[in-house]
Amino acid sequence: MARLIVEHPGLGVSIQDRGRFGFRRLGIPVSGALDQGFFAAANVLAGAPDDAAALECLLSAPILRADAGPVRLGLAGAFSGVLTRAGRDESIVSWRGLTLQTGDRLALKLTRPPGYIACSGGLDVPPVLNSRSAYARAGLGRALGPDDVLCCADAQGEDRCAPPLAPGDGPLRFLPGPDPFPPQTLAAFIAARWTVRPESDRMGLRLAGPRLADRPEGANIVSEGVTPGAIQIPGDGQPILLRADGQTSGGYARIGCVITADLDRMAHVLPGDAVAFAPVDAAQAAQARRERCERVAAWRQSLAPVAGLDEEKLWSENLITGAIFAD
Amino acid sequence: MEPRLLPLGDAAAIVRFGAAIDPALNARAQAFCAALAAAPPRGLHEWAPAFASVTLWYDPDALPFAELESLCRRLALAPPAPCSGEIHDLPFCAEADFAPDLADVAQANGLSPADWLQAFAKITFDVAMLGFLPGFAYLGGLPKFLDAPRLATPRKNVPERSVAIADGMCAAYPQSSPGGWRLIGRTPTKLFDAQAEKPTLFAPGDRVRWRLIGRDEFFAQERTWRG
Repeated sequence: MARLIVEHPGLGVSIQDRGRFGFRRLGIPVSGALDQGFFAAANVLAGAPDDAAALECLLSAPILRADAGPVRLGLAGAFSGVLTRAGRDESIVSWRGLTLQTGDRLALKLTRPPGYIACSGGLDVPPVLNSRSAYARAGLGRALGPDDVLCCADAQGEDRCAPPLAPGDGPLRFLPGPDPFPPQTLAAFIAARWTVRPESDRMGLRLAGPRLADRPEGANIVSEGVTPGAIQIPGDGQPILLRADGQTSGGYARIGCVITADLDRMAHVLPGDAVAFAPVDAAQAAQARRERCERVAAWRQSLAPVAGLDEEKLWSENLITGAIFAD
Repeated sequence: MEPRLLPLGDAAAIVRFGAAIDPALNARAQAFCAALAAAPPRGLHEWAPAFASVTLWYDPDALPFAELESLCRRLALAPPAPCSGEIHDLPFCAEADFAPDLADVAQANGLSPADWLQAFAKITFDVAMLGFLPGFAYLGGLPKFLDAPRLATPRKNVPERSVAIADGMCAAYPQSSPGGWRLIGRTPTKLFDAQAEKPTLFAPGDRVRWRLIGRDEFFAQERTWRG
C-alpha cells in the first residue's frame, strides 16, 4: 500500500469519481468529475481503473509528498510542477504518469482549471452510496484538507504520457426543450454571448447577458427532474446551466439541455468567460457522441512511454509548452 | 390524457402526465415508476418521479428515443397501483424557537396555534416527490384552511430538521439550507443518513403523519442518535 501526504491541499480540490448514480429519486445529485474525459485520462496515466476516484482541482493544485512509494500519479489538465527528489528540483509537465519514490515531493501549479490527479490503483477512500464523489452540501465524501493521508496501490510498470486532450471549442451544443419557449426567445438565447458570473460552482454556471423575455406561461413550472446540462431560465431571464452537483429537480422552465458529448466542456467555462449555445437535433447529438468516443480511443492509442521522449529536445524546440499550456 | 415524452438532452427524458400539483397526476407518476421497477428495460439507468411527471435517464445508444417513447406509452396504461409505501409516524416539536412562523400561519387562517397544530397532526401526507436537497420530500395534502404561501423573502438559513409548510404542501429540511417555506416545528428524527443502507427517511409513495411532542421529549429523542 502506497501513501501520499497532503502538504498543502490547494483550493477547490475534492475527491471525485464517475458519479453517484441511482439515487436521484431520493434527491441526491449525481456529482462526480466535471470533466469525465480528463478524469478518465488521469486514471489511465496513473494506471488506475477508468472509474477510480481521483483529485479534481478547480482553483489551485495541492502539494503532495510520497510517504511510502512508489506511487504513480496521473496528471491530466494544465499543470506544471516541480518534483523534489533527494534535494534536487526537476520541472514536470502534465499529461503523463509520474512515479514518486518514498520522500519525493511534488508541488503542482494549475494554469487553468480543471485539472485531475489520479493515483496508481485509484484513491483508496470508502465509497458512500456506491460512489467516492464528494458532495459537500450533504456531507458525502470529502474535500482535501492539510495533512490528509491518501492511500493507493503501489505503482506498477512504466510511466506513460500522451498529448493533451483538447476540451473543444465553439458554442455548447444543446437539444431544445423540454419546456416550450417562443421562437424569438429561443433565437435571442442562441444569438447571445453569455458571460459566466462569479457565483458559479460545481452546482451550476450562472450566466449574464440580454434579459430573455418571459414565457407566456411564466418562468415557473411544476417542479420536475433536471440533469447536468439543463439550461434553466428563471424569471430574471438570466440562464442557469446545471453542472454535476446540481439539484435533482427544479421549478424553472428549461429552454434546452447541453448534449452529453459537450458536458465535459462545461468544466472549462470559468467566471468571466464568454459562452454561446447552438441547437442540434438528436441525430447530431448521436454523431457527436460517436466522435467523442473516437477521440478518446485515439488518445488512448497515442499513449507512449515517457522514457521514449527526448524531453529536453522537445523543451528546446518549445513544443511542449506550446502544446500543453495553450488556452 | 396521453402522456408525452419530452427530451431533456440526449440521455434523459421526461414523461409528463400533466402540469399541476394534483394527487391524481402524482398517482399516475408513481404507478409508472412501479411499472418500471417491476421490469426495468435494458438501457434505462435511473428514474425519478415528480409531481406530475417521471424523469428517465437512459443510454440513447442502447435504447433509442423512439423505442423509449413506445415503451412509455405502453407503461402509462398501468393502473395506479395501491399505495405500497411506508407509513411514517413522526414526532415534531412546535416550541416557539422551533416554529417562528406558527403564530402567523395560524392567525392568517383564523386559528389559535394550538388549534392549528391539532388539525395539522390529523393529516396523512403523501410523499409526492423528493428533490431540492438530498432527502427533501414534498408532502402533498395540506388542506386550504391550514395553508399559507411561501415567504416573500426566503431565509438564508433554515435549521436542519425544520418542519415547514407552504402552498398546499409540507416538508422537512434534511440539511440546513436557505429556504422559503414557513417553519412550524422541528423533528428530532434524522431525515438523512449517508451511512445507512436507506439514506433518506422518505421515499416517493410513502405517507407521513406528524405527532406533537414537548421540548423534553424532543431532546431525549435527539440524544438517541446524536449521543
